[in-house]
Amino acid sequence: MKALIRAAFLLFSVLFAGVSMAQHEGHDHGSDDASHQATEAVEAAEHAAHDGHATEKFNPGEMIMGHVTDEHGWHLWGHTSIPLPIIIYNTERGLSLFSSAHFDHGHKTYAGYFLHEGKILATDAPDGTDVHHATENEALTAATWDVSITKNVLGMLVSIALMLIIFLSVAAGYRKRGVGAPKGLQSFIEPIILFVRDDVAKANIGPKYERFMPFLLTVFFFILINNLMGLIPIFPFGANVSGSISVTFALAAITFVLTLIHGNRHYWGHIIAMPGVPKPVLLILTPVEILGVFLRPAILMIRLFANITAGHIIVLSFFALIFIFGEINAGLGWGVSVFSLAFTIFMSMLELLVAFIQAFVFTFLSAMYLGAAIEEPHHH
Amino acid sequence: MLIQFSFGLIFWMTVSFLAVLFILRKFAWKPILETLSERERGIEDALSEAKKAREEMAALNARNEELNRAAREEREVLLKEARDIRDKEIAEAKEKAKAEAAAMIERARAEIRNEKNAAVADIKMLVGELSVEIAEKLLREKLADDAAQRALVDRMLKEAEARLS
Repeated sequence: MKALIRAAFLLFSVLFAGVSMAQHEGHDHGSDDASHQATEAVEAAEHAAHDGHATEKFNPGEMIMGHVTDEHGWHLWGHTSIPLPIIIYNTERGLSLFSSAHFDHGHKTYAGYFLHEGKILATDAPDGTDVHHATENEALTAATWDVSITKNVLGMLVSIALMLIIFLSVAAGYRKRGVGAPKGLQSFIEPIILFVRDDVAKANIGPKYERFMPFLLTVFFFILINNLMGLIPIFPFGANVSGSISVTFALAAITFVLTLIHGNRHYWGHIIAMPGVPKPVLLILTPVEILGVFLRPAILMIRLFANITAGHIIVLSFFALIFIFGEINAGLGWGVSVFSLAFTIFMSMLELLVAFIQAFVFTFLSAMYLGAAIEEPHHH
Repeated sequence: MLIQFSFGLIFWMTVSFLAVLFILRKFAWKPILETLSERERGIEDALSEAKKAREEMAALNARNEELNRAAREEREVLLKEARDIRDKEIAEAKEKAKAEAAAMIERARAEIRNEKNAAVADIKMLVGELSVEIAEKLLREKLADDAAQRALVDRMLKEAEARLS
Protein backbone atom coordinates (compact mmCIF):
# COMPACT_ATOMS: atom_id res chain seq x y z
CA MET A 1 0.00 0.00 0.00
CA LYS A 2 2.80 2.34 1.00
CA ALA A 3 4.62 1.52 -2.19
CA LEU A 4 1.52 2.30 -4.19
CA ILE A 5 1.15 5.67 -2.54
CA ARG A 6 4.80 6.35 -3.23
CA ALA A 7 4.30 5.21 -6.80
CA ALA A 8 1.36 7.53 -7.24
CA PHE A 9 3.39 10.38 -5.78
CA LEU A 10 6.25 9.68 -8.15
CA LEU A 11 3.84 9.43 -11.03
CA PHE A 12 2.38 12.81 -10.26
CA SER A 13 5.79 14.39 -9.97
CA VAL A 14 6.80 12.85 -13.31
CA LEU A 15 3.52 13.92 -14.86
CA PHE A 16 4.07 17.42 -13.65
CA ALA A 17 7.62 17.34 -14.96
CA GLY A 18 6.34 16.05 -18.29
CA VAL A 19 3.82 18.85 -18.58
CA SER A 20 6.34 21.53 -17.71
CA MET A 21 8.82 20.02 -20.14
CA ALA A 22 6.22 20.11 -22.86
CA GLN A 23 5.56 23.75 -22.08
CA HIS A 24 9.23 24.56 -22.35
CA GLU A 25 9.74 22.59 -25.51
CA GLY A 26 6.72 24.22 -27.07
CA HIS A 27 6.81 27.76 -28.32
CA ASP A 28 9.12 30.18 -26.60
CA HIS A 29 7.24 33.44 -26.66
CA GLY A 30 9.98 35.57 -25.21
CA SER A 31 9.69 34.67 -21.56
CA ASP A 32 12.27 36.46 -19.50
CA ASP A 33 12.18 33.84 -16.79
CA ALA A 34 15.73 32.92 -15.86
CA SER A 35 15.05 29.26 -15.21
CA HIS A 36 13.18 29.06 -18.47
CA GLN A 37 16.19 30.35 -20.32
CA ALA A 38 18.41 27.92 -18.48
CA THR A 39 16.22 25.02 -19.54
CA GLU A 40 16.36 26.25 -23.08
CA ALA A 41 20.11 26.41 -22.95
CA VAL A 42 20.30 22.81 -21.77
CA GLU A 43 17.88 21.82 -24.50
CA ALA A 44 19.93 23.55 -27.13
CA ALA A 45 23.01 21.71 -25.89
CA GLU A 46 21.12 18.45 -26.02
CA HIS A 47 20.01 19.12 -29.53
CA ALA A 48 23.55 19.80 -30.55
CA ALA A 49 24.75 16.62 -28.87
CA HIS A 50 21.97 14.67 -30.52
CA ASP A 51 22.82 15.93 -33.96
CA GLY A 52 26.50 15.29 -33.47
CA HIS A 53 25.95 11.75 -32.02
CA ALA A 54 29.04 12.41 -29.96
CA THR A 55 29.05 12.97 -26.20
CA GLU A 56 25.47 12.11 -25.43
CA LYS A 57 24.54 12.87 -21.87
CA PHE A 58 22.22 10.45 -20.11
CA ASN A 59 18.78 11.95 -19.61
CA PRO A 60 16.74 9.81 -17.17
CA GLY A 61 13.46 11.64 -17.80
CA GLU A 62 13.73 11.11 -21.53
CA MET A 63 14.71 7.47 -21.09
CA ILE A 64 11.79 6.73 -18.78
CA MET A 65 9.28 8.62 -20.88
CA GLY A 66 10.54 6.87 -23.98
CA HIS A 67 9.82 3.53 -22.37
CA VAL A 68 6.38 4.24 -20.99
CA THR A 69 4.94 6.24 -23.89
CA ASP A 70 3.89 5.18 -27.34
CA GLU A 71 6.11 5.73 -30.39
CA HIS A 72 6.25 5.22 -34.13
CA GLY A 73 8.94 2.58 -34.37
CA TRP A 74 10.18 0.32 -31.60
CA HIS A 75 13.31 1.62 -29.94
CA LEU A 76 15.63 -1.24 -28.92
CA TRP A 77 18.96 0.29 -27.87
CA GLY A 78 21.12 3.29 -28.79
CA HIS A 79 20.10 4.31 -32.28
CA THR A 80 18.68 0.91 -33.20
CA SER A 81 14.97 0.67 -33.55
CA ILE A 82 12.54 -1.50 -35.43
CA PRO A 83 10.59 0.51 -38.04
CA LEU A 84 6.83 0.13 -37.87
CA PRO A 85 4.22 0.80 -40.54
CA ILE A 86 2.82 4.34 -40.67
CA ILE A 87 -0.80 4.36 -41.78
CA ILE A 88 -2.31 7.79 -42.32
CA TYR A 89 -5.65 8.68 -43.74
CA ASN A 90 -5.98 12.28 -44.81
CA THR A 91 -9.35 13.47 -46.01
CA GLU A 92 -7.64 15.51 -48.74
CA ARG A 93 -4.57 13.45 -49.57
CA GLY A 94 -6.10 10.03 -49.10
CA LEU A 95 -4.37 6.98 -47.60
CA SER A 96 -0.60 6.91 -47.06
CA LEU A 97 1.24 3.79 -46.01
CA PHE A 98 5.00 3.67 -45.47
CA SER A 99 7.67 2.55 -43.02
CA SER A 100 8.51 4.74 -40.06
CA ALA A 101 12.18 4.35 -41.06
CA HIS A 102 11.56 7.11 -43.64
CA PHE A 103 11.16 9.60 -40.79
CA ASP A 104 14.75 8.82 -39.70
CA HIS A 105 13.93 8.88 -35.94
CA GLY A 106 11.83 11.98 -36.40
CA HIS A 107 14.57 14.01 -38.14
CA LYS A 108 13.21 14.00 -41.69
CA THR A 109 9.94 14.63 -43.47
CA TYR A 110 8.37 12.02 -45.72
CA ALA A 111 5.31 11.95 -48.00
CA GLY A 112 4.33 15.37 -46.68
CA TYR A 113 4.40 14.37 -43.01
CA PHE A 114 6.87 14.63 -40.15
CA LEU A 115 7.05 13.59 -36.49
CA HIS A 116 6.90 16.18 -33.76
CA GLU A 117 6.93 14.93 -30.15
CA GLY A 118 5.46 11.63 -31.23
CA LYS A 119 2.68 13.27 -33.24
CA ILE A 120 2.41 13.16 -37.01
CA LEU A 121 2.00 16.61 -38.54
CA ALA A 122 1.33 17.49 -42.16
CA THR A 123 3.66 19.74 -44.11
CA ASP A 124 4.19 20.98 -47.62
CA ALA A 125 7.98 20.50 -47.47
CA PRO A 126 9.51 17.96 -49.89
CA ASP A 127 10.70 14.50 -48.73
CA GLY A 128 13.89 14.38 -46.70
CA THR A 129 13.70 17.94 -45.39
CA ASP A 130 15.14 18.42 -41.91
CA VAL A 131 12.24 18.81 -39.45
CA HIS A 132 13.74 22.05 -38.13
CA HIS A 133 13.11 23.61 -41.51
CA ALA A 134 9.70 22.08 -42.09
CA THR A 135 6.64 24.16 -41.27
CA GLU A 136 3.37 22.62 -40.29
CA ASN A 137 0.33 22.92 -42.53
CA GLU A 138 -2.24 23.15 -39.75
CA ALA A 139 -5.28 22.79 -41.96
CA LEU A 140 -3.90 19.57 -43.41
CA THR A 141 -2.87 18.30 -39.97
CA ALA A 142 -6.46 18.72 -38.79
CA ALA A 143 -7.59 16.49 -41.65
CA THR A 144 -5.04 13.79 -40.76
CA TRP A 145 -6.07 10.59 -39.06
CA ASP A 146 -3.09 8.64 -37.80
CA VAL A 147 -3.91 4.93 -37.50
CA SER A 148 -0.29 3.72 -37.60
CA ILE A 149 0.79 0.45 -36.10
CA THR A 150 2.70 2.05 -33.23
CA LYS A 151 4.72 0.30 -30.52
CA ASN A 152 1.65 -0.04 -28.30
CA VAL A 153 -0.52 -1.32 -31.14
CA LEU A 154 2.08 -3.93 -32.01
CA GLY A 155 2.52 -4.86 -28.34
CA MET A 156 -1.22 -5.22 -28.02
CA LEU A 157 -1.41 -7.37 -31.15
CA VAL A 158 1.30 -9.63 -29.72
CA SER A 159 -0.68 -9.94 -26.48
CA ILE A 160 -3.82 -10.67 -28.43
CA ALA A 161 -2.04 -13.37 -30.42
CA LEU A 162 -0.89 -14.88 -27.13
CA MET A 163 -4.42 -14.71 -25.77
CA LEU A 164 -5.84 -16.44 -28.81
CA ILE A 165 -3.20 -19.18 -28.66
CA ILE A 166 -3.73 -19.73 -24.93
CA PHE A 167 -7.50 -19.74 -24.85
CA LEU A 168 -8.16 -21.56 -28.09
CA SER A 169 -5.83 -24.33 -26.93
CA VAL A 170 -7.51 -24.36 -23.51
CA ALA A 171 -10.90 -24.57 -25.21
CA ALA A 172 -9.55 -27.45 -27.31
CA GLY A 173 -8.57 -29.15 -24.06
CA TYR A 174 -12.15 -28.85 -22.83
CA ARG A 175 -13.49 -30.20 -26.10
CA LYS A 176 -11.10 -33.13 -25.93
CA ARG A 177 -11.44 -34.03 -22.26
CA GLY A 178 -15.06 -32.97 -21.84
CA VAL A 179 -16.07 -32.98 -18.19
CA GLY A 180 -12.92 -34.91 -17.24
CA ALA A 181 -10.19 -33.47 -15.04
CA PRO A 182 -8.33 -30.48 -16.59
CA LYS A 183 -4.72 -30.89 -17.65
CA GLY A 184 -1.71 -28.63 -18.18
CA LEU A 185 -2.51 -25.03 -19.13
CA GLN A 186 -6.19 -25.84 -18.72
CA SER A 187 -5.75 -26.55 -15.01
CA PHE A 188 -3.87 -23.26 -14.56
CA ILE A 189 -6.53 -21.20 -16.35
CA GLU A 190 -9.59 -22.96 -14.95
CA PRO A 191 -9.40 -21.63 -11.38
CA ILE A 192 -9.02 -18.09 -12.75
CA ILE A 193 -12.08 -18.53 -14.96
CA LEU A 194 -14.00 -19.95 -12.00
CA PHE A 195 -12.83 -17.06 -9.86
CA VAL A 196 -14.07 -14.51 -12.41
CA ARG A 197 -17.35 -16.36 -12.74
CA ASP A 198 -18.09 -16.98 -9.05
CA ASP A 199 -16.45 -14.09 -7.22
CA VAL A 200 -16.71 -11.36 -9.84
CA ALA A 201 -19.68 -12.01 -12.12
CA LYS A 202 -22.06 -13.96 -9.86
CA ALA A 203 -21.24 -11.87 -6.80
CA ASN A 204 -21.88 -8.53 -8.51
CA ILE A 205 -24.36 -9.15 -11.30
CA GLY A 206 -26.57 -11.83 -9.81
CA PRO A 207 -28.53 -14.51 -11.63
CA LYS A 208 -28.24 -12.86 -15.05
CA TYR A 209 -24.45 -12.95 -15.01
CA GLU A 210 -24.04 -15.34 -17.92
CA ARG A 211 -24.66 -12.66 -20.54
CA PHE A 212 -21.60 -10.71 -19.39
CA MET A 213 -19.21 -13.57 -18.86
CA PRO A 214 -17.50 -13.34 -22.28
CA PHE A 215 -16.91 -9.63 -21.82
CA LEU A 216 -15.64 -9.93 -18.24
CA LEU A 217 -13.34 -12.84 -19.05
CA THR A 218 -11.93 -11.08 -22.10
CA VAL A 219 -11.35 -7.85 -20.20
CA PHE A 220 -9.74 -9.66 -17.30
CA PHE A 221 -7.33 -11.69 -19.38
CA PHE A 222 -6.67 -8.83 -21.80
CA ILE A 223 -5.56 -6.57 -18.96
CA LEU A 224 -3.72 -9.33 -17.12
CA ILE A 225 -1.75 -10.49 -20.16
CA ASN A 226 -0.92 -6.94 -21.21
CA ASN A 227 0.18 -6.13 -17.65
CA LEU A 228 2.41 -9.19 -17.57
CA MET A 229 3.81 -8.61 -21.06
CA GLY A 230 4.61 -5.04 -20.04
CA LEU A 231 6.91 -6.43 -17.35
CA ILE A 232 9.03 -8.40 -19.83
CA PRO A 233 11.63 -5.93 -21.11
CA ILE A 234 12.51 -7.79 -24.32
CA PHE A 235 11.05 -7.17 -27.80
CA PRO A 236 8.24 -7.92 -28.75
CA PHE A 237 7.10 -7.45 -25.16
CA GLY A 238 7.60 -4.52 -22.85
CA ALA A 239 5.24 -2.08 -24.56
CA ASN A 240 3.30 -0.18 -21.93
CA VAL A 241 -0.08 -1.19 -23.37
CA SER A 242 -2.25 -1.38 -20.25
CA GLY A 243 -0.48 1.72 -18.91
CA SER A 244 -1.51 3.73 -21.96
CA ILE A 245 -4.42 6.05 -21.37
CA SER A 246 -5.77 5.46 -24.87
CA VAL A 247 -6.06 1.75 -24.18
CA THR A 248 -7.63 2.17 -20.75
CA PHE A 249 -9.93 4.78 -22.26
CA ALA A 250 -11.15 2.32 -24.90
CA LEU A 251 -11.64 -0.40 -22.28
CA ALA A 252 -13.55 1.88 -19.93
CA ALA A 253 -15.59 3.17 -22.88
CA ILE A 254 -16.72 -0.37 -23.69
CA THR A 255 -17.83 -0.90 -20.09
CA PHE A 256 -19.58 2.48 -20.23
CA VAL A 257 -21.41 1.63 -23.47
CA LEU A 258 -22.46 -1.73 -22.04
CA THR A 259 -23.97 -0.08 -18.96
CA LEU A 260 -25.79 2.38 -21.23
CA ILE A 261 -27.18 -0.43 -23.39
CA HIS A 262 -28.19 -2.72 -20.55
CA GLY A 263 -29.34 -0.10 -18.05
CA ASN A 264 -33.01 -0.72 -17.24
CA ARG A 265 -35.83 1.58 -16.15
CA HIS A 266 -35.00 0.99 -12.51
CA TYR A 267 -31.39 2.12 -13.06
CA TRP A 268 -32.24 5.26 -15.01
CA GLY A 269 -35.09 6.05 -12.66
CA HIS A 270 -32.68 6.06 -9.75
CA ILE A 271 -30.28 8.35 -11.59
CA ILE A 272 -32.77 10.90 -12.87
CA ALA A 273 -35.06 10.99 -9.84
CA MET A 274 -34.04 8.95 -6.84
CA PRO A 275 -37.31 7.69 -5.36
CA GLY A 276 -38.14 8.76 -1.85
CA VAL A 277 -35.99 11.89 -2.00
CA PRO A 278 -37.61 15.33 -1.61
CA LYS A 279 -37.68 17.54 -4.73
CA PRO A 280 -35.25 20.27 -3.57
CA VAL A 281 -32.64 17.62 -2.77
CA LEU A 282 -33.10 16.16 -6.24
CA LEU A 283 -31.82 19.45 -7.69
CA ILE A 284 -28.44 18.58 -6.20
CA LEU A 285 -28.63 14.80 -6.33
CA THR A 286 -29.59 14.36 -9.97
CA PRO A 287 -26.61 16.28 -11.39
CA VAL A 288 -24.32 14.35 -9.04
CA GLU A 289 -25.81 11.04 -10.18
CA ILE A 290 -25.50 11.99 -13.84
CA LEU A 291 -21.92 13.06 -13.24
CA GLY A 292 -21.38 9.69 -11.55
CA VAL A 293 -22.41 7.85 -14.69
CA PHE A 294 -19.46 9.42 -16.49
CA LEU A 295 -17.10 9.41 -13.52
CA ARG A 296 -17.27 5.66 -13.03
CA PRO A 297 -15.68 4.76 -16.37
CA ALA A 298 -13.31 7.70 -16.00
CA ILE A 299 -12.10 6.26 -12.70
CA LEU A 300 -11.69 2.84 -14.31
CA MET A 301 -9.58 4.44 -17.01
CA ILE A 302 -7.35 6.46 -14.69
CA ARG A 303 -6.82 3.74 -12.08
CA LEU A 304 -5.47 1.17 -14.51
CA PHE A 305 -3.38 3.70 -16.40
CA ALA A 306 -1.86 5.24 -13.27
CA ASN A 307 -1.09 1.98 -11.50
CA ILE A 308 0.65 0.33 -14.39
CA THR A 309 2.51 3.40 -15.55
CA ALA A 310 3.65 4.22 -12.01
CA GLY A 311 5.05 0.72 -11.61
CA HIS A 312 6.98 1.00 -14.85
CA ILE A 313 8.31 4.41 -13.91
CA ILE A 314 9.58 3.17 -10.54
CA VAL A 315 11.36 0.18 -12.06
CA LEU A 316 12.89 2.38 -14.75
CA SER A 317 13.90 5.00 -12.16
CA PHE A 318 15.92 2.41 -10.27
CA PHE A 319 17.65 1.52 -13.51
CA ALA A 320 18.23 5.18 -14.31
CA LEU A 321 20.02 5.54 -10.96
CA ILE A 322 22.72 3.15 -12.18
CA PHE A 323 23.48 5.34 -15.18
CA ILE A 324 23.23 8.62 -13.28
CA PHE A 325 25.85 7.41 -10.80
CA GLY A 326 27.77 5.67 -13.57
CA GLU A 327 28.26 9.02 -15.28
CA ILE A 328 29.80 10.46 -12.15
CA ASN A 329 32.06 7.49 -11.60
CA ALA A 330 32.08 4.02 -13.18
CA GLY A 331 32.76 2.29 -9.84
CA LEU A 332 29.92 4.20 -8.21
CA GLY A 333 27.65 3.03 -11.01
CA TRP A 334 28.57 -0.60 -10.41
CA GLY A 335 28.08 -0.16 -6.67
CA VAL A 336 24.65 1.40 -7.09
CA SER A 337 23.67 -1.26 -9.60
CA VAL A 338 23.62 -3.87 -6.84
CA PHE A 339 21.03 -1.92 -4.87
CA SER A 340 19.15 -0.89 -7.98
CA LEU A 341 18.91 -4.48 -9.14
CA ALA A 342 17.68 -5.63 -5.74
CA PHE A 343 15.03 -2.92 -5.73
CA THR A 344 14.10 -3.61 -9.33
CA ILE A 345 13.59 -7.29 -8.54
CA PHE A 346 11.50 -6.39 -5.53
CA MET A 347 9.45 -3.92 -7.56
CA SER A 348 8.97 -6.44 -10.35
CA MET A 349 7.56 -8.90 -7.82
CA LEU A 350 5.24 -6.20 -6.59
CA GLU A 351 4.30 -5.38 -10.19
CA LEU A 352 3.48 -9.04 -10.76
CA LEU A 353 1.01 -8.79 -7.90
CA VAL A 354 -0.29 -5.44 -9.16
CA ALA A 355 -0.81 -6.97 -12.62
CA PHE A 356 -3.29 -9.43 -11.13
CA ILE A 357 -4.85 -6.94 -8.74
CA GLN A 358 -5.48 -4.30 -11.40
CA ALA A 359 -6.95 -6.84 -13.84
CA PHE A 360 -9.18 -8.03 -11.00
CA VAL A 361 -10.17 -4.53 -9.89
CA PHE A 362 -11.08 -3.41 -13.41
CA THR A 363 -13.17 -6.52 -14.01
CA PHE A 364 -14.72 -6.37 -10.56
CA LEU A 365 -15.77 -2.73 -10.90
CA SER A 366 -17.06 -3.31 -14.44
CA ALA A 367 -19.16 -6.18 -13.11
CA MET A 368 -20.39 -3.97 -10.28
CA TYR A 369 -21.47 -1.21 -12.67
CA LEU A 370 -23.15 -3.71 -14.97
CA GLY A 371 -24.82 -5.32 -11.97
CA ALA A 372 -26.18 -1.94 -10.87
CA ALA A 373 -27.43 -1.25 -14.41
CA ILE A 374 -29.46 -4.45 -14.72
CA GLU A 375 -30.58 -4.71 -11.11
CA GLU A 376 -34.30 -5.36 -10.78
CA PRO A 377 -36.31 -3.29 -8.31
CA HIS A 378 -36.75 -4.88 -4.91
CA HIS A 379 -40.32 -5.37 -3.84
CA HIS A 380 -40.43 -4.41 -0.23
CA MET B 1 3.74 13.03 -23.23
CA LEU B 2 2.28 10.65 -20.73
CA ILE B 3 -1.38 11.58 -21.00
CA GLN B 4 -2.06 11.59 -24.68
CA PHE B 5 -5.23 10.27 -26.22
CA SER B 6 -4.12 8.99 -29.58
CA PHE B 7 -6.81 8.30 -32.11
CA GLY B 8 -4.88 5.48 -33.78
CA LEU B 9 -4.32 3.55 -30.58
CA ILE B 10 -7.94 3.95 -29.45
CA PHE B 11 -9.07 2.84 -32.89
CA TRP B 12 -6.86 -0.27 -32.99
CA MET B 13 -7.60 -1.07 -29.38
CA THR B 14 -11.37 -0.96 -29.88
CA VAL B 15 -11.31 -2.92 -33.12
CA SER B 16 -8.93 -5.61 -31.92
CA PHE B 17 -10.55 -5.91 -28.50
CA LEU B 18 -13.98 -6.40 -30.02
CA ALA B 19 -12.53 -8.91 -32.49
CA VAL B 20 -10.90 -10.86 -29.66
CA LEU B 21 -14.11 -10.67 -27.67
CA PHE B 22 -16.14 -12.17 -30.51
CA ILE B 23 -13.60 -14.83 -31.43
CA LEU B 24 -13.08 -15.94 -27.83
CA ARG B 25 -16.78 -15.80 -27.06
CA LYS B 26 -17.57 -18.19 -29.87
CA PHE B 27 -14.54 -20.48 -29.76
CA ALA B 28 -13.29 -20.33 -26.18
CA TRP B 29 -15.60 -18.94 -23.51
CA LYS B 30 -18.70 -20.72 -24.73
CA PRO B 31 -17.25 -24.25 -24.80
CA ILE B 32 -15.24 -23.66 -21.63
CA LEU B 33 -18.13 -22.28 -19.60
CA GLU B 34 -20.52 -24.90 -20.92
CA THR B 35 -18.14 -27.71 -20.03
CA LEU B 36 -17.57 -26.22 -16.59
CA SER B 37 -21.25 -25.96 -15.78
CA GLU B 38 -21.84 -29.41 -17.24
CA ARG B 39 -19.15 -30.80 -15.00
CA GLU B 40 -20.62 -29.01 -12.00
CA ARG B 41 -24.03 -30.42 -12.79
CA GLY B 42 -22.47 -33.88 -13.06
CA ILE B 43 -20.77 -33.50 -9.70
CA GLU B 44 -23.98 -32.25 -8.13
CA ASP B 45 -25.94 -35.17 -9.56
CA ALA B 46 -23.33 -37.63 -8.37
CA LEU B 47 -23.39 -36.11 -4.90
CA SER B 48 -27.16 -36.15 -4.63
CA GLU B 49 -27.20 -39.72 -5.89
CA ALA B 50 -24.62 -40.72 -3.33
CA LYS B 51 -26.71 -39.03 -0.67
CA LYS B 52 -29.80 -40.90 -1.81
CA ALA B 53 -27.92 -44.18 -1.80
CA ARG B 54 -26.65 -43.43 1.68
CA GLU B 55 -30.16 -42.69 2.88
CA GLU B 56 -31.44 -45.90 1.33
CA MET B 57 -28.67 -47.83 3.01
CA ALA B 58 -29.57 -46.23 6.33
CA ALA B 59 -33.22 -47.15 5.84
CA LEU B 60 -32.24 -50.68 4.94
CA ASN B 61 -30.04 -50.92 8.00
CA ALA B 62 -32.83 -49.65 10.21
CA ARG B 63 -35.17 -52.24 8.79
CA ASN B 64 -32.61 -54.97 9.31
CA GLU B 65 -32.11 -53.82 12.85
CA GLU B 66 -35.84 -53.91 13.44
CA LEU B 67 -36.05 -57.40 12.01
CA ASN B 68 -33.15 -58.54 14.13
CA ARG B 69 -34.71 -57.12 17.22
CA ALA B 70 -38.05 -58.80 16.49
CA ALA B 71 -36.30 -62.10 15.85
CA ARG B 72 -34.37 -61.79 19.08
CA GLU B 73 -37.54 -61.03 21.00
CA GLU B 74 -39.32 -64.00 19.46
CA ARG B 75 -36.45 -66.26 20.31
CA GLU B 76 -36.54 -65.02 23.89
CA VAL B 77 -40.25 -65.79 24.09
CA LEU B 78 -39.76 -69.22 22.57
CA LEU B 79 -36.91 -70.03 24.89
CA LYS B 80 -38.91 -68.89 27.88
CA GLU B 81 -41.83 -71.03 26.86
CA ALA B 82 -39.58 -74.02 26.32
CA ARG B 83 -38.04 -73.49 29.72
CA ASP B 84 -41.45 -73.26 31.36
CA ILE B 85 -42.64 -76.43 29.67
CA ARG B 86 -39.52 -78.28 30.68
CA ASP B 87 -39.80 -77.08 34.26
CA LYS B 88 -43.43 -78.11 34.39
CA GLU B 89 -42.66 -81.51 32.94
CA ILE B 90 -39.86 -82.10 35.37
CA ALA B 91 -42.08 -81.07 38.26
CA GLU B 92 -44.83 -83.32 37.07
CA ALA B 93 -42.43 -86.20 36.60
CA LYS B 94 -41.09 -85.64 40.07
CA GLU B 95 -44.59 -85.59 41.51
CA LYS B 96 -45.50 -88.73 39.71
CA ALA B 97 -42.35 -90.50 40.78
CA LYS B 98 -42.92 -89.47 44.33
CA ALA B 99 -46.49 -90.76 44.28
CA GLU B 100 -45.41 -94.00 42.69
CA ALA B 101 -42.64 -94.46 45.21
CA ALA B 102 -45.07 -93.80 48.02
CA ALA B 103 -47.50 -96.32 46.58
CA MET B 104 -44.75 -98.85 46.17
CA ILE B 105 -43.56 -98.35 49.71
CA GLU B 106 -47.13 -98.69 50.93
CA ARG B 107 -47.51 -101.90 48.99
CA ALA B 108 -44.26 -103.19 50.31
CA ARG B 109 -45.30 -102.40 53.84
CA ALA B 110 -48.64 -104.14 53.43
CA GLU B 111 -46.86 -107.14 52.05
CA ILE B 112 -44.37 -107.11 54.89
CA ARG B 113 -47.23 -106.92 57.34
CA ASN B 114 -49.06 -109.78 55.75
CA GLU B 115 -45.91 -111.83 55.65
CA LYS B 116 -45.25 -111.02 59.27
CA ASN B 117 -48.81 -111.96 60.30
CA ALA B 118 -48.55 -115.15 58.33
CA ALA B 119 -45.21 -115.85 59.90
CA VAL B 120 -46.54 -115.12 63.39
CA ALA B 121 -49.57 -117.32 62.73
CA ASP B 122 -47.28 -120.06 61.50
CA ILE B 123 -45.08 -119.68 64.54
CA LYS B 124 -48.10 -119.73 66.85
CA MET B 125 -49.40 -122.84 65.26
CA LEU B 126 -45.98 -124.44 65.41
CA VAL B 127 -45.58 -123.39 69.05
CA GLY B 128 -49.08 -124.77 69.80
CA GLU B 129 -48.30 -128.04 68.10
CA LEU B 130 -44.96 -128.22 69.78
CA SER B 131 -46.56 -127.42 73.19
CA VAL B 132 -49.20 -130.07 72.68
CA GLU B 133 -46.51 -132.49 71.58
CA ILE B 134 -44.37 -131.57 74.56
CA ALA B 135 -47.33 -131.70 76.87
CA GLU B 136 -48.34 -135.12 75.48
CA LYS B 137 -44.83 -136.35 75.93
CA LEU B 138 -44.65 -134.88 79.43
CA LEU B 139 -48.00 -136.23 80.37
CA ARG B 140 -47.11 -139.56 78.96
CA GLU B 141 -43.93 -139.59 81.04
CA LYS B 142 -45.51 -138.27 84.21
CA LEU B 143 -48.62 -140.38 84.20
CA ALA B 144 -46.94 -143.58 83.51
CA ASP B 145 -47.78 -144.86 87.03
CA ASP B 146 -51.12 -144.84 88.83
CA ALA B 147 -49.92 -143.02 91.91
CA ALA B 148 -48.77 -140.03 89.95
CA GLN B 149 -52.10 -139.95 88.11
CA ARG B 150 -53.97 -139.99 91.39
CA ALA B 151 -51.83 -137.26 92.91
CA LEU B 152 -52.47 -135.06 89.93
CA VAL B 153 -56.14 -135.57 89.98
CA ASP B 154 -56.15 -134.77 93.67
CA ARG B 155 -54.20 -131.52 93.22
CA MET B 156 -56.44 -130.40 90.43
CA LEU B 157 -59.51 -131.15 92.46
CA LYS B 158 -58.06 -129.13 95.27
CA GLU B 159 -57.33 -126.21 93.05
CA ALA B 160 -60.86 -126.35 91.64
CA GLU B 161 -62.21 -126.50 95.20
CA ALA B 162 -60.03 -123.48 96.12
CA ARG B 163 -61.39 -121.53 93.17
CA LEU B 164 -64.98 -122.45 94.03
CA SER B 165 -64.66 -121.46 97.60
